[in-house]
Amino acid sequence: MGRLFNHPLAAPALIALIVIACGFGLGSNFYLRVAALVWISALAAIGLNLLMGFAGQVSLGHAGFFGIGAYAVAVGPNVLPVSPLLALVLGIALAAVIAYLVGRPILKLKGHYLAVATLGFGILVYMVLSNESGLTGGPDGMPVSRATLFGWRLKGVDTWYWITGGVLVVGAWVAVNLVRSPTGRALRALHDSEVAARVVGVDVARYKLVAFVVSAVYTALAGGLLALFNGFITPDVAGFMHSIEFVVMVVLGGMGSIVGSLVGAAILIALPQALSAFQEYEHLALGLILMVFMIFLRKGIVPSLVALAGRGR
Amino acid sequence: MTALSVRDIGISFGGVKAVDSVSFDVEEGSIFSIIGPNGAGKTTLFNLISGVYLPKAGTVSLFGEDVTGVAPNRLVARGLSRTFQNLQIFFRMTVAENVMVGRHLKEARGIVPHLLSLPSVVRQNRDSRTEAIRLLDRIGLAGRADDLAANLPYGELKRLEIARALATEPKILLLDEPAAGCNPKETEDIERLIEAIAADGVTVVLVEHDMRLVMRISNRLHVLDYGKTLASGTAEDVRTNPEVIKAYLGTHGAEEAARARR
Amino acid sequence: MAEFLQFAFSGLTVGAVYALVAIGFTLIYNASDVVNFAQGEFVMIGGMATVFIMAAGVPMPLAAGGAIVIAVAVGLLLHRLAIEPARGADAVTLIIITIGASIFLRSAASIVFDKQFHTLPPFTGETPIVIGGAAILPQSLWVLGGGVVIVTILWAFLTHTILGKAILATAANRLAAKLVGINTSYVVGLSFAVSAAIGAIAGILVSPVTLTRYDVGTLLALKGFAAAMVGGMGSPIGAIVGGLLIGLLEAFGAGYISSDYKDAIAFLVILAVLFFMPTGLFGRASVERV
Repeated sequence: MGRLFNHPLAAPALIALIVIACGFGLGSNFYLRVAALVWISALAAIGLNLLMGFAGQVSLGHAGFFGIGAYAVAVGPNVLPVSPLLALVLGIALAAVIAYLVGRPILKLKGHYLAVATLGFGILVYMVLSNESGLTGGPDGMPVSRATLFGWRLKGVDTWYWITGGVLVVGAWVAVNLVRSPTGRALRALHDSEVAARVVGVDVARYKLVAFVVSAVYTALAGGLLALFNGFITPDVAGFMHSIEFVVMVVLGGMGSIVGSLVGAAILIALPQALSAFQEYEHLALGLILMVFMIFLRKGIVPSLVALAGRGR
Repeated sequence: MTALSVRDIGISFGGVKAVDSVSFDVEEGSIFSIIGPNGAGKTTLFNLISGVYLPKAGTVSLFGEDVTGVAPNRLVARGLSRTFQNLQIFFRMTVAENVMVGRHLKEARGIVPHLLSLPSVVRQNRDSRTEAIRLLDRIGLAGRADDLAANLPYGELKRLEIARALATEPKILLLDEPAAGCNPKETEDIERLIEAIAADGVTVVLVEHDMRLVMRISNRLHVLDYGKTLASGTAEDVRTNPEVIKAYLGTHGAEEAARARR
Repeated sequence: MAEFLQFAFSGLTVGAVYALVAIGFTLIYNASDVVNFAQGEFVMIGGMATVFIMAAGVPMPLAAGGAIVIAVAVGLLLHRLAIEPARGADAVTLIIITIGASIFLRSAASIVFDKQFHTLPPFTGETPIVIGGAAILPQSLWVLGGGVVIVTILWAFLTHTILGKAILATAANRLAAKLVGINTSYVVGLSFAVSAAIGAIAGILVSPVTLTRYDVGTLLALKGFAAAMVGGMGSPIGAIVGGLLIGLLEAFGAGYISSDYKDAIAFLVILAVLFFMPTGLFGRASVERV
């Protein structure tokens, strides 16, 4: 059992199984739609987990990168002669460049100071998206043109279910690869002791930047997918609350657990849907559940459960 | 040849001169110990040599090259590594992974192959692990390679730090109190380990409170007190130096010691 | 010049509220290392509870007192039920707990009160006072004066009473405080109570100027957090300076540059400050001990 858990392909394989099972098990378009939204959020959460859970650097502004990816897909085809899919690629590249330029100065900050700097970054992105209404349609949002792949129009919930699910599985596989590579070891090392990492040769500033850029790429990709899937976006995708939601997904599911990020995303996306029957009590329950989970499973759901299972053996 | 040369180095914190104009040379392949009472500035001196602190005055040279103010991760490439008095273990990683991080500069560090887990990366992970196991075997921890570092007892973690530093293939190794908190058996193991490291041609600079250990294995010693050099020389020179005795035992104790010798 | 004064006064008014939120952050952080993202909800409770108690026919001073009592009770419950049981958890885990509390309180407020904007009557009339061509609402003076009084009382409490000194001692060194017999859990609870009271008073003072609603706490917590960080986390002086600075930057930015980007200007300056002073204006640079 333990051997199985530790296999490099365990997490991506488990996630692939879940995607396939849900794909055939969920009957209605409504559930498939919710599931696709979960896959998209989980992708962003895995990206943020690489930064927070593995490298130990907090970001309260990752929705900014999500917004950059989403709006690149929406705005790109209007201002450049590019297709939505090419715009997605350009948007990811833009997010990577911005992460590099922003990350260089702010990753020198530690702890709460880094938190407030990333928070500021996220708010700046949000402000630009909601104020430049000429390009972005302002606070009311804007439509996104349909993507085509080799002449095939990508539409329909089930199509997007499998696209987002597939990207999530690949994303999880890449994340696991990274964690188990020399780069991943450097990241995890600087999380525990920066000074010890430095005296064995790890360029701490460079690796924090690597984690920041990689996580920005994941998040921007997720943003672009959401825009293509939804066909419409508003600046709220880049808002502060969305950044907080990503952090909650990572911490709730378990920092440093790839499967945990999926669990966290599933709870944060599916729970409001499940609670929507109670309407005004939805947020009341959400806040309560957050507190209860973090008090009793403080390492996050997946690591806490794995520890419990380990004790039971 | 001189492996490490420190000239007039100094730093102060809030007006207190933690290290004040200290100079010494360490011969290649030797064991050089820095001793002194608590708060004498030994660890601060290590932090200055290893680039963790930026010195306010003075220079540090490795094999004749000035490396003052060079970042710690760059000093590793020039052959310097160290351990810490207060454990700086990667607690969330396994024992083997802790040592594998020490192989960092020996590994290809291109990010794209890492993301895709190309065969070259898989092979390299295997090589790094083999080397890590070899070093763990040397400190008697090969059997715990896949345990989480957080689950090891203190004495083993002390040795794990040494293995991690050795994984960088250093020419100079700074050991900050490797035997602190260890029982006599563990201290003996560490003594043998240090001698073996030096026998391999690695220059060892040691900060240690266990005087019996220090006096036995050091080629030369350097004594600090209140950040200043008090004495320097062989074990015998230092042992009989009245200034040193005074610093360690206090003036009264020194008189007692002098009377006892008569 | 009149314009400048006008912006300065509105900036100082809002800044005073940010400063009070930041002081609340600082108090709790110093006592317990918890960054309390529910701090803005205390401000909201102060304003909203006063509005609704007044609506029941209670005169304003009594209603305000009642609102402060409610906020303090919420602060104590938050500590007792959510923070205390999670003692020893990671900083980020604790932050998520306070975010959960913030969402919970916001939602509870929308149910107990409602989702409308509300205002309180100004304490002393609405005739603006003209100084140097700038029109200042009397209520702005109440906010500024109230801020000064709160800070003075807090300072006196911390430096001249046994309880206050216990808070300072716990902030300086929790273990040492415990060793000399201070009940640090009690002190942390006390810091939550005091922070809640300060937040509620700020909410009552500012509601006549800025309106209040069940969700005003989020943005206030954000600005207050930013103010505390710019000043240097843990520094009360830093919290005051940081709060006023952000208030002024927003007002001048909105007035002279673009009102759309007033938040952006504030955060650009924050990023610039942290770039040059990574531990804030009044934060202590710590030496890495290894």
